[in-house]
Formats: sequence, C-alpha cells, structure tokens
Amino acid sequence: MSKVEFNKEAGPREVFCGLTSIVWLHRRMPDAFFLVVGSRTCAHLIQSAAGVMIFAEPRFGTAILEEKDLAGLADAHEELDRVVNDLIARRPEIKTLFLVGSCPSEVIKLDLATVAEKLNNKFLGQVRFVNYSGSGIETTFTQGEDGALKALIPLMESSNEEKLLLVGTLANNVEDRFKKIFGNLGISNVESFPPRQSTELPKIGKNTKVLLTQPYLSETVRDLKHRGCEIISAPFPLGIEGSTEWFFAAAKAFKISELKFHEIISPLINRAKLALESHKEILKGKRLFLLPESQLEISLARFLHNECEMDLIEVGTPYLNKELMKEEINLLPDNTKIVEGQHVEKQLDRVRESNPDLVVCGMGLANPLEAEGISTKWSIEMVFSPIHGIDQAADLAGLFSKPLKRNQILTSKTLVTH
Amino acid sequence: MELTLWTYEGPPHVGAMRIASSMKDIHYVLHAPQGDTYADLLFTMIERRGQRPPVTYTTFQARDLGGDTAELVKKNIKEAVERFKPKTLLVGESCTAELIQDQPGALAKGMGFDMPIVNLELPAYSKKENWGASETFYQLTRTLLKEKLSSSEKISPLRWKELGRRPKVNILGPSLLGFRCRDDVIEIQRILSEQGIDTNVVAPLGASPDDIERLIDAEINICLYQEIAEASCEWLKRNFGMEYTNTIPIGIKNTIEFINEVHKKLDLPLTNKEELEHKSKLPWYSKSVDSNYLTGKRVFIFGDGTHAIAAAKIAKEELGFEVVGLGTYSREMARQVRATAKDLNVEALITNNYLEVEDAMKKATPELVLGTQMERHSAKRLGIPCSVISTPMHVQDVPARYSPQMGWEGANVIFDDWVHPLMMGLEEHLIDMFKHDFEFVDGHQSHLGHTATNTKDILNSDEKKERNSKEGIIWTESGRAELTKVPFFVRGKVKTNTEKYAILRGIPEISDETLYDAKAYFS
Repeated sequence: MSKVEFNKEAGPREVFCGLTSIVWLHRRMPDAFFLVVGSRTCAHLIQSAAGVMIFAEPRFGTAILEEKDLAGLADAHEELDRVVNDLIARRPEIKTLFLVGSCPSEVIKLDLATVAEKLNNKFLGQVRFVNYSGSGIETTFTQGEDGALKALIPLMESSNEEKLLLVGTLANNVEDRFKKIFGNLGISNVESFPPRQSTELPKIGKNTKVLLTQPYLSETVRDLKHRGCEIISAPFPLGIEGSTEWFFAAAKAFKISELKFHEIISPLINRAKLALESHKEILKGKRLFLLPESQLEISLARFLHNECEMDLIEVGTPYLNKELMKEEINLLPDNTKIVEGQHVEKQLDRVRESNPDLVVCGMGLANPLEAEGISTKWSIEMVFSPIHGIDQAADLAGLFSKPLKRNQILTSKTLVTH
Repeated sequence: MELTLWTYEGPPHVGAMRIASSMKDIHYVLHAPQGDTYADLLFTMIERRGQRPPVTYTTFQARDLGGDTAELVKKNIKEAVERFKPKTLLVGESCTAELIQDQPGALAKGMGFDMPIVNLELPAYSKKENWGASETFYQLTRTLLKEKLSSSEKISPLRWKELGRRPKVNILGPSLLGFRCRDDVIEIQRILSEQGIDTNVVAPLGASPDDIERLIDAEINICLYQEIAEASCEWLKRNFGMEYTNTIPIGIKNTIEFINEVHKKLDLPLTNKEELEHKSKLPWYSKSVDSNYLTGKRVFIFGDGTHAIAAAKIAKEELGFEVVGLGTYSREMARQVRATAKDLNVEALITNNYLEVEDAMKKATPELVLGTQMERHSAKRLGIPCSVISTPMHVQDVPARYSPQMGWEGANVIFDDWVHPLMMGLEEHLIDMFKHDFEFVDGHQSHLGHTATNTKDILNSDEKKERNSKEGIIWTESGRAELTKVPFFVRGKVKTNTEKYAILRGIPEISDETLYDAKAYFS
C-alpha cells in the first residue's frame, strides 16, 4: 500500500443525502417507482437535485408527512396504505415500489419494513414492495443506491450458474459496451445489478463473480458475500488504468489467458490514450482539490493524477471503506492527503489557502468558488454521465478539462481589435 | 399524508433562507441533517449567486441522536458567530430537527451573545415556503424594532411636510427567489423618485439589520409582494401607525392606481397624471391594429397569488383577452384569487397539485397559458403557447437583461412576453395551413414541436377511449376532414363541443354537418 495520509474531519457538511440517488435509479429501472416517506423538504430536495423540472409524471414521489401523521403512528401506517393504493391505481404499470425512508420517518421510527410486508401480501403477484433508507442522518448521496441494491438482494433467486455480475448503476450504453468487451474476452454470461427492469433480477450464488462498477456499495457487497458470491478485487473502471485493471481482474477470475486479454484490450488502450492527449495537455501540472460527496473522489484522484498528471492537494470523501478501496489506494501517489468526513468551513479555508486550479465540489459551492476566481467541476455530473470504461476515459477527462479550457478562453485575448 | 410528485413551494425554512440570503450581516443557524444543504443550490445555481447563502447547517447524524444534539447546536452557533460575525442571528430548525425538539432558538439565547437573536419557529409539517419567508421577515422586523416600540409616537403619513423634506417610503417584500424582484425594485424606485418620493429602505433584498431599524424613518410602506411583506406591514401599522399600500403595480392600470394610492396616502399632489398613460408602450401596442387578433384570446392563468391576480387584470382589461381559468398555489391568498375569479365568471383553482392544474388547463382549452415553469411544461405537452409569470424559480426566470414585471417597463416586458408566444402560435397555424403546399419542407417545426396540433393525432390518441365510452360516438370521414380545417388553436374546443352536442342530441356518428350544427348551437 502506498503511503497515503489518512485524516478524519467532523463538522458541518455540505453534501446531498441518499434520497438523491433516486434521480438515477428511477431512470435505470423504468418499471419501478420510488416513494419517499418524508417531508416537503424531501420532495423539494429531489426535484431540485434533479436540476430540471419534470417533463411528465415522474416515477418518484413523496408521501409528505403532515401534522396529523405525527400524532399517532397507527394512523401513519394506514395513511401510507391509502397513498400507496392511490398510487398503484394511478400507475398500474409499476412492478416494484420502493418505500424510501427519510430523516423524519427514521426519527419517528416509522416501520417501513412492516408496511412493505403487509403491502406485499396485499398486492401479491402485481407489485413488489421493497424498503430502504435514503435518510440524510444515515446516508450520503450515493449511499442511497447502496441501500436500494441491498434491499433487492433478498428478492434475488439462487443459482449456481457461473456468471460475471456487474454491480452498480451504469449508463445503458456503457453497460452494452462492457458486455461486448467481456464477450470478446470470452466471458459471455454477464449480468448487471441493478438490471434495466426491476423484475429481471439476476440469480446469484457461489459461482457468481461480482465485479463492482461503483465504489460506494459497501453494504451491498457484504450481503452479496453472505449469499456466497465471490467479490473480484479490483480498482474501479474509471480511466484507462482503472478500467484495464478492472477488466484484467475479471479475466483472471475467469481464467482468460493474458495473451487473449492483451489482444482484446491493447487496441482499446491505444485508442483511448490518443483521445486522452488533448485533455492531458490542459490538465497536466494543474492542482486539484476534491471536496467530499460521491465517494468517487479517490478513483477520480487516481485517474487525474496517474493519467492526466494533475497534482493532488486534498482528496475528500464522505466515507472511506479501506477494504473496498484498497486497490485504488495502492495506485495513489505517495503522500496523498485523504480526508474522510467534512467541516465545510475549514475545508473551504484550505481550498483558498492552497489556491487550486480546479475544485471538484457540490452545486451549492461551485458558483461561489467561481466568483472567487477558482475553477470548479460539480461532482453530481459524475453520477449522471457515462464515464466508465476505457472508451470513456477521454470523456471523463473532458469533464475536468472543460472548465479550465473555458476559463482560458474567457481570460485570453485572441482577436485583435481593428 | 399527501402524495406529492412535484411541489410549487419548498418547506418553510427555505423561505427563511430566502430572507437571510437576501440580506446583509445576517447569519442563519439551521438545525438540520446534511441533506438539507441542497437548498444552497437554489441560490447559487438558480439565482446564479456568487456567494453562499449565510447558513450554517448543524448536519446532525443518526449517531448524534443518542447523544447530545443540543451540544452540537451550541457548537455550531458558536463557530458560526465567531466566523461570520453577524449583526443579527437567526436560529431555527428544519422538519427533522423539529421532531427532536432541541429548541435551538432558546439555546442560542442562553449563550450570552450581544447581538439580537431571532428564534424562528416554522412548523414544517403544516406550512410552506412563502409562509416561512413572511414569518421570518416579520419576526426579524419585530425583534429589531422592539426597543423602539415604547418611545415612539404613531407615524403620520404627512410627517414629511412637518420635517420639510421629500416624502420617504420603504419598499417591502422583494427577496431572492422571488419572481423578477431584482428588477421590480429598480423600476418602482424610479417611478417613485420621478414623483418626488424617496426610498428609505428596500427590504429584505439588500438590507442589513441596521436598515430594518431605520424602517420607521419613512412615512409609509410599499407592500410590494403580499406573500412576503403583508404580515410585517400590518405589524408596522399596528405598532407605529405606518400606513401601507395595497395595490400591486403590475400592469398599466394598477401602476397608475398604485401611484394614486401612494399620493393619496402621503397627501402629495399628483402633477403628471396625463403623462402616466404614455409612460409605457403597452396601451398603444395593445390598441394598434395588428393587436386586433388578440381580442378574446382564451387565457388560462395559474401562479402565486400576487402575479395570478395581476395577470388576470392585465389580460382582461389591458390586452382584451378572455380569462378562461384562474388559480393559485398560494393558499394564503386564496380569498383574493377567488374574488377575482368570481368577477371573471370562472371558478378559482386553489391547489398545490400540478396534475390538477394540467387537467383544468386541458378542460379550459386556452389559446395561451400564463403560469409557472410547470405550466410551461404542461402547455408544451398540450401544444399551447405559454409565458411564465410566477415562481417557483427556474434559471430562465433570472434573465441577464433588465426585465421587471412591475411599472412601465414591466408592462412593456409583459406585452412582449405574452404576445410573442401567441404570434409563434399563429406561425404554427400557418405551418399547419401550408403544409400541403409543395414548397413546404418537412421538419420546419416551430418551438412547440410535434405536439397535438395535428388532427389525426388528436383523433387517433383519443379514438380508443371514445369508442369504448358508453356513448359510443364515432367520427366519420367527413367529420374528421372538416375538423382538420378548423384552426388548430380552437380545434380541441370544437371537437369537445361537437361531441357534447352529439351526446345531447343522441347522434351516434359525427359528420361535417354535425360540426356545423354544433357550431350554430353553441354560438
């Protein structure tokens, strides 16, 4: 393990809660509905984080707790039953309904598991009910996906069939690309979790080899292990290096020869390196500060340093699972400063003191930093864009080079005044 | 429990943030979990603000709940005060913290600070954003003017005469995330100054706590947005005798009425009465012949109370439209909206459910929708032109150019913003009309895109439903062909009316003649 510097920080944080992950999860599984049991704040959060107004009736909503629901819990259960009935009458095409716990529902200890169980009996054969918590007192941003996936695991049937299971939401086009490359490598039985249809859950068992696509799935990994799945240890498929090692780890697990691996992957690497060049030119030697939010920060730091030659000032992460991240941490340069947790004010002090060329941060902080003359990249874009894989390495670099390039254009004088 | 897919208003603490972020030298400590920090992006992304909102979130976590969350609150208050050195501190809680009852306001008051502390109690499970903003501004005003209560006499609106200076007024209500507030303030100040009236304080937008203490230096208050400022204006009237205005200066008639009201209250002679009609281009543009086609255009209006009522008046009296629907999501202003709707012979729609609004819009078959960004989307789906007149805010509602809604320039902006989409609607009609000409190039679509302007689509999409309906009405070939010839913007209405007529008369098949019969029947 490289000698990285681990730090912990506590204080006021500036991050999204786990409910935000509904924004990409509901798009991944178009036959599912996400019903948050929470407050007007929860409803407002999701619609604001989604960034755009909704263009049609959305597949997520909030059962907003009102004063009378807080008075007695029995009522709250009945009320939720009523809301769910209305919803299913309105949206008969829904196959899976996620009951998503929130801060207020957790604090009043609303038992969503029991509600889900009752509803499962009532709507047997029509709709499945699953519950998990996306509350901000327990989860940060991407951890919401961890909760949602963990909640689905008990519904996955057992099978001893040998397969490669990609775990973590991927953009559909990236998923197709990965399956094609695995096919070329000779791994043909590849499935994804979450699947594109909530009802088409992959079967799992002792011959399931799990390859994580996202670094924020600690709980899901634990439960998959309990079901006998083997977890393939690898860095995450961000950038050429990470993706190559990721493919390599899978190839090794499936006993694909190194020769075959290089035959398939090398052309991809060469092409991707070529595409990366123009971004590297801009990013090289620039100093990077990553604020915590998505748990992708460590992988991004590894990519931006190793492949784009950026200098790392500080790598923030809301939560660090050293075991899950060990392959990534091994690839980081010595003396990388990792900070787990946040004191947003102190961290911003360090940002200003260190005078970075680029800060990766949440949307609440981006414009204020820009106004201070510091270029930024919003972290939420990382979870909405297809950035995984060798072929996407240049696109991933582009997310970071673009603000710098734009800054350069706007501050330079290229046309002479005639 | 209320099923909500989308909401017009945020929770009340977001209203409090709007007040805090609008002002200077204020800090708001909000007892809230980490997810609530999303609210910062409303200001930094939608309003494009270059500063963070002056808010410290305690971001308590589940593991803190077993321990001492009150200590966490105090730690955050202490750090925020040391770091930001506010002149006034707001302390409150969001929905989750309300449940754990740490009473952060009381805790703050026990910490021995010199500065005024406003304890905000905003019930998150019954109230919404605008109420929260109003309550915060009211509590802040009360707290900062408390000391001046006993010593002060009632303020006469005529005091400026005794003091031998120009009359002074306060402009109350403009805030961040309010619709075009930034520019309305400039416009209103300009109008007042032309009349020889000085602005004492604008609040909350741009004001500091010191400015709030100076409110009583003015003679009267201008209540510019009732949703935010009415409670404060009422309190200032009750306690300091300060009169406040009721007219919202949106549209020509209301702007003139507003100027009259201000003059009357101040007992200031209005010298340029005749000039006022010519200050805006709206009256002439509306009168000029090419606006003839605006006559009787069917308009559906939905928004916050202030803007919806104003829009109804302008639509009816200044542009000659027919208002076919009026509604608001501002429950606090339901009474006024209902009264206006009654005058217009329509039923007011008071709801926070955008799907209900969309249904009402569909039924009213308008030719123009004036609504929020959500109604813009609904109208787009229905193929109806739309102009946005109200919050909730979208980044498009904070234009780079000067673009008020109030006063003379506001009326100009409104004329352009409402009439241009209609003209594009006409363009759409022309495209529809000429699409069979050989010169017509496929793909020449206007901004409304491929929506239900095509008769075939209307018929096809509804066909199944119709055939299955118990009346079993069927459109014959000749009926369909005739319907195609009807201009798209009234086609929906004609279709509904014809079917209504067919049901009424027990006619099972609609032919071209049925269309004409129905037309005669309903005319």
